[in-house]
Amino acid sequence: MKTSNLEDVRLTLIATALTGLAWIAFTQPLLAADGAKTVATPADKVARGKYLVTTSGCNDCHTPWKVGASGPEPDMSRMLSGHPEKMELPAPPQPSGPWIVAAAATNTAWSGPWGVSFTANLTPDKETGLGKWSLRQFSDTIRTGRHLGRGRPILPPMPIPMYKHFTDEDLAAIYAYLQTIPPIQNRVPEPVAPKQ
Amino acid sequence: MAARIACISVAASLAHGVATAGALPERLADTGLFVSGSITEVHPGNLPFTPQYPLWSDGAAKRRWLYIPAGKSIDASKPDAWEFPAGTKLWKEFSQGRRVETRMIERLGDGTWRFAAYVWNEQGTGATLAPESGIAALPVSSAPRGRYTIPGEADCRACHEGAAVPVLGVGALQLSADRDQLAPHAEPRKVGDLDLHGLVERGWLRNVPAQMLKTPPRIKAETTVARAALGYLHGNCGHCHNDNGAPPPVDLLLSQSATEAGVDKVMQSLLGALTRYRAQGADASHAIEPGHPEKSVLVARMRSRNPHNQMPPLGTQVADNEAIELIERWIRNQPQPSKEPLR
Repeated sequence: MKTSNLEDVRLTLIATALTGLAWIAFTQPLLAADGAKTVATPADKVARGKYLVTTSGCNDCHTPWKVGASGPEPDMSRMLSGHPEKMELPAPPQPSGPWIVAAAATNTAWSGPWGVSFTANLTPDKETGLGKWSLRQFSDTIRTGRHLGRGRPILPPMPIPMYKHFTDEDLAAIYAYLQTIPPIQNRVPEPVAPKQ
Repeated sequence: MAARIACISVAASLAHGVATAGALPERLADTGLFVSGSITEVHPGNLPFTPQYPLWSDGAAKRRWLYIPAGKSIDASKPDAWEFPAGTKLWKEFSQGRRVETRMIERLGDGTWRFAAYVWNEQGTGATLAPESGIAALPVSSAPRGRYTIPGEADCRACHEGAAVPVLGVGALQLSADRDQLAPHAEPRKVGDLDLHGLVERGWLRNVPAQMLKTPPRIKAETTVARAALGYLHGNCGHCHNDNGAPPPVDLLLSQSATEAGVDKVMQSLLGALTRYRAQGADASHAIEPGHPEKSVLVARMRSRNPHNQMPPLGTQVADNEAIELIERWIRNQPQPSKEPLR
């Protein structure tokens, strides 16, 4: 093997190792200066959950949108409380050509071939949100695409096909964070079946 | 040392025919259900059983078998959560005019359970392992609407892992000799079918409370209709609506206990808290409104086959009219709750 090839291999190995270290640093428990492993605290878990909820687009659909000074934006006074209970909606527009999906201005009601779906209340309100849910029920819901892991199917546009690949640790972090946000009482309507 | 013990343990398990996690047999014929070379003659070591409150499966005819490894037994110390030994297997065959599907549950050497579905060919000459994701609409001309759903592995777990033990049809109440004659779709106990005494006599069940053998378990309802209604809800809904395993947060408990009068707890949950579910435009309601089946959420969801709100949520495409009629009769005869004066 020529020297230049060896150098390429060495650089590749170094780059791979650095990438791996970066990944480990982001996903694994931290190492203290003396090398001892430190266990993630509950605050760490909540912080990571907040990061995941924020970057994974949960607010895009589960927080009602309003028209603000700069145009449409999530109404954070109703953060993650799902489709507003009292919002009255007319029948959705009929699909036309390739345009088969319609969304309400709040981004919380969606019409498509599955019928009409309303985004869920993810706040820890005990009666209308996730306040009574266990971590297992939350994780099972994301893993299986079924309500509570064993009920009705979770409908589009919830990206279950992607989110089901979250690690157990990530789902636990998301659940932990969602249990800390302000509870909002808002009973989201049941989905509407498509017309036969 | 630990690794060596683990190796010895695995070797011992394999010697007893206990499977470890790995590929499932591709053919039903290789799962041990039948005698070698047959797809009709069930191995004599696999014993039939018939639960008294069968699960509604769109009218499919069913046969069921249980296998317990030699020298092993079920521990009934917890009467509502029997502990099955590693190597336990159960099969359930579904027929819609012909054999369509046979499901299998198996407890592995590490204590976990695995679930499989085998699909019969139209000629009935063999059954092969279904895809892990199941088959949404298998064409079966004799099935309702000409199609049949083979559950995916996640569907199997959705129902079976909601209970304290994933085995739903083999338990003290389901195999009680005091069988409910009014149970919807009740199948008469066949010759050779296992019941509590049969399991004990065969050495497959130990630590059964003596009182339970003396007086077989029975739902302690006030009327025969109430007993059958509560039994139906136990057999069809109790695997999710229970407080033994992972209960949904709906406060609705429908599973019965084999040892205590579970009736009161179930009735309190049926009549007590308002249901989380509300139909479009409807006000809050209870699962059952005494005297008014038409106002009872329980009946509405049993009758619906809209996948967004039907109950049970999976495993059925056709409403169980016989059961709905029974539940309506039971609710119609329910006394109105007393209205105490304000103090």
